[in-house]
Amino acid sequence: MHAMLAAGGPVIPSFGKSSSCVQDNGAFCFDWIRDNWDSTFQPALISHLKLTVIAVGIGFVLALGLALLAHQRRWLITPLTLVFATVFTIPSLALFQVLVPISGLTVLTAEIALVGYTLSILFANIITGLREVPAEVRDAARGMGLSDRQILFRVELPIALPAVMAGLRIATVTVISLATIATVITVQSLGGPIFEGIQNDFKTKYVAAGLLTVVLALVADGLLVITQRRLTPWARARRA
Amino acid sequence: MEKKNTAQEEGASSYPSAAPLEFRNVVKQYPGSDTRAVDDLSFEVPAGEICVLVGPSGCGKTTAMRMVNRMIDITDGDILLDGKSVVDRNPPELRREIGYVIQQIGLFPHQTIAQNIATVPKLLGWDKDRIGTRVDELLDLVSLPNDMGSRYPGQLSGGQRQRIGVARALAADPPLMLMDEPFGAIDPINRERLQDEFLRLQAEIRKTIVFVTHDIDEAIKMGDRIAILREGGILAQYDTPDAILSRPADEFVAQFVGVDRGLKRLALSHLGEIELAASNGQPADTPRAKRDASLRDALSLMMASGHQQIVVVDDNDEAVGVASLELIAGVLKLPNGSVTAPKKKTASETGETAAP
Amino acid sequence: MGARAEGMTLPVGDISAPFTFLWDQWDSQVRDNVLQQFGYWGAAMAIASVIGLPVGVWLGHLHRGSFVAINTSNIGRALPTLGVLAVGIGVFGLTFLNIVFAFAVLAIPPILTNAYVGVDSVDPDAVEAAKGMGMRPREVLVRVELPLALPLIFAGLRTSALFVMATIPIAAIVGGKGLGEIINNQASFRLSGVIGAGILVIVLALGVNALLGVVQRLVTPRGLRLSGADARGDAPAATTVLPTTATPEQ
Repeated sequence: MHAMLAAGGPVIPSFGKSSSCVQDNGAFCFDWIRDNWDSTFQPALISHLKLTVIAVGIGFVLALGLALLAHQRRWLITPLTLVFATVFTIPSLALFQVLVPISGLTVLTAEIALVGYTLSILFANIITGLREVPAEVRDAARGMGLSDRQILFRVELPIALPAVMAGLRIATVTVISLATIATVITVQSLGGPIFEGIQNDFKTKYVAAGLLTVVLALVADGLLVITQRRLTPWARARRA
Repeated sequence: MEKKNTAQEEGASSYPSAAPLEFRNVVKQYPGSDTRAVDDLSFEVPAGEICVLVGPSGCGKTTAMRMVNRMIDITDGDILLDGKSVVDRNPPELRREIGYVIQQIGLFPHQTIAQNIATVPKLLGWDKDRIGTRVDELLDLVSLPNDMGSRYPGQLSGGQRQRIGVARALAADPPLMLMDEPFGAIDPINRERLQDEFLRLQAEIRKTIVFVTHDIDEAIKMGDRIAILREGGILAQYDTPDAILSRPADEFVAQFVGVDRGLKRLALSHLGEIELAASNGQPADTPRAKRDASLRDALSLMMASGHQQIVVVDDNDEAVGVASLELIAGVLKLPNGSVTAPKKKTASETGETAAP
Repeated sequence: MGARAEGMTLPVGDISAPFTFLWDQWDSQVRDNVLQQFGYWGAAMAIASVIGLPVGVWLGHLHRGSFVAINTSNIGRALPTLGVLAVGIGVFGLTFLNIVFAFAVLAIPPILTNAYVGVDSVDPDAVEAAKGMGMRPREVLVRVELPLALPLIFAGLRTSALFVMATIPIAAIVGGKGLGEIINNQASFRLSGVIGAGILVIVLALGVNALLGVVQRLVTPRGLRLSGADARGDAPAATTVLPTTATPEQ
């Protein structure tokens, strides 16, 4: 494939004004990046962010609802876990392709897949988090006179929060990564510049886009870690 | 030494500070089981007393305790708190009236100490200022510094957590406390300290307490009355520690309290309570002890030193009297009720015999 | 999407189509792709193990560098596959080795972190006893720590193996080979081909996971197996202790 492209030479939209870096097809031409930020990278980035936020948001709400339901009706846990473990194993590239005949080459298709993956991760984490609440804490809460509802919202969920946040971190970076692949079903994301860049053998474009996704994922992960630390000060407090 | 008690101030919940508790033919049988975990259990705990439920494992003591606050349902019979049946009450509401302390404590790890303590008052709708004052009062009561309120349970030692567990149970000043092996997870040295402190606390606050333990020595130390249960949840004997030690109801009880029950009885009284002989011309190496030393310790000192007498001294080490081996041994022969430990001022003090 | 009426009723048409595809196209396409997958996979796993295992085991033995170990895992897990591939190829060119290196980078974190945690969390009493009996540090490592750490070490290896095998199809987007060539080419291979190749990827991924499981069984000392301690690493997705959760196949 590489040979095929090289035969036609790199296709670089230079219009005769480009720097020597671009002419030589260097990997890190900052001037090109700067010049084309608004037209190439920014829209891709924003679209990517939108995809991520929607998928994680919806996935989280659904996962929470299902987890609370399964927490009350224990028999649901095994079947649901099995379903999600299966979804989990489907290669994303294939899943995107398979969904296309159903919902077309649209953002919806991508979101269905992304929400599915988010659900798979978060359901397991929330259920585990709830299960790990120490039995004696539940016993004490009940013995002190908290109703079942109060125990769930004032004791169990707050204690499960670290596990939930851990799941949220994994889900978010996973979706960011998967959203790049959604480009194969023509949904706009940072995968776009990557794919186009590779098609045209235009290094700076796809290297920059690639780096951008990496940075995005690390920043998101970092922000979530900080949020987790602020929300659960008790998890790190240890005896002096 | 009047300690403030904001719990008793205003409306939102004003219980009597201590209420009597009665078990009336209480039975617990789990569905699908032929044996009963608790069998026809009946006894009364007067307000302000500590009743210890003690017995070998499988005797149903914890089950019985947990039936009081409906953590376990009662199969038959009734439990009356302040004359009112617990079965008629809505469980969460009932439990807010009862202090609950368990062995592993169960502090909420995600909340500060202050928030933990404030749990029941918050449920009862107290306002913020009242809660804040009460938290400070309670930290004071269990001898912990006020700044501890902003820490998290993970930062505390086992002993500190234990005290917070007690403080949390006392927050709304409930008329009854249930304690299930509260000091069981603590090392022996700190356990003794906590027991002593708790008894001092009880002397101040005078709550009705049901205390579960498997340790007969702890039962004797802590209880105003002891209910010894045998396997199958059957009451073997219910009486004051002294009565049980001097007149065990049957072979099982006698074995449970131990062959050394005579010595255990001696541990219940101290030198200050008996009539001492005049001190005159004891040899110089005669052992000496203060008035608050127990008769058992006095006996031990005498035997270790090879003497048959012990000189009792006051705080200035001045002799106030002498106790002899016969005198102390004679205590064991006195009818129940003549020599009792002042720290346990129970109904039997006034000469009444133990409850049926 | 092709002239056939395939996608009109059920998206998969008839249920045996994917399998017929695999069967029919085995010699002309599928077999080569499978071999290419194993090529990438084997090389990536070898490099990742050679780097990740010694570093992880050593750090765990010294009980040092937990910050490094844990954060390697965090960062590694966060790396978007396509991004890493794009950067790798852009900087080093599109070759077999460069793709392999990109996957190795993604494979190292679970291997390293699990090796670290596995050795670091060996029962300190056992280590203490070993030292007390006169074993030298190296002997303690080889005779006590490594055997006891095997379950977690293998958990890391299996997580990586599954993840890498299932992620290799992505390489096709950037011009690499493997079953992604089929999956990414619905135009040529139709939906039945996409699904068929997809199923094959799942089978291969679970297969290497199971294979390593067998190896784990053979290598684990009998005593550990009997005590059930070898199941420590088995929970597939829900470990919240450490981010060894396999990310969905990409």
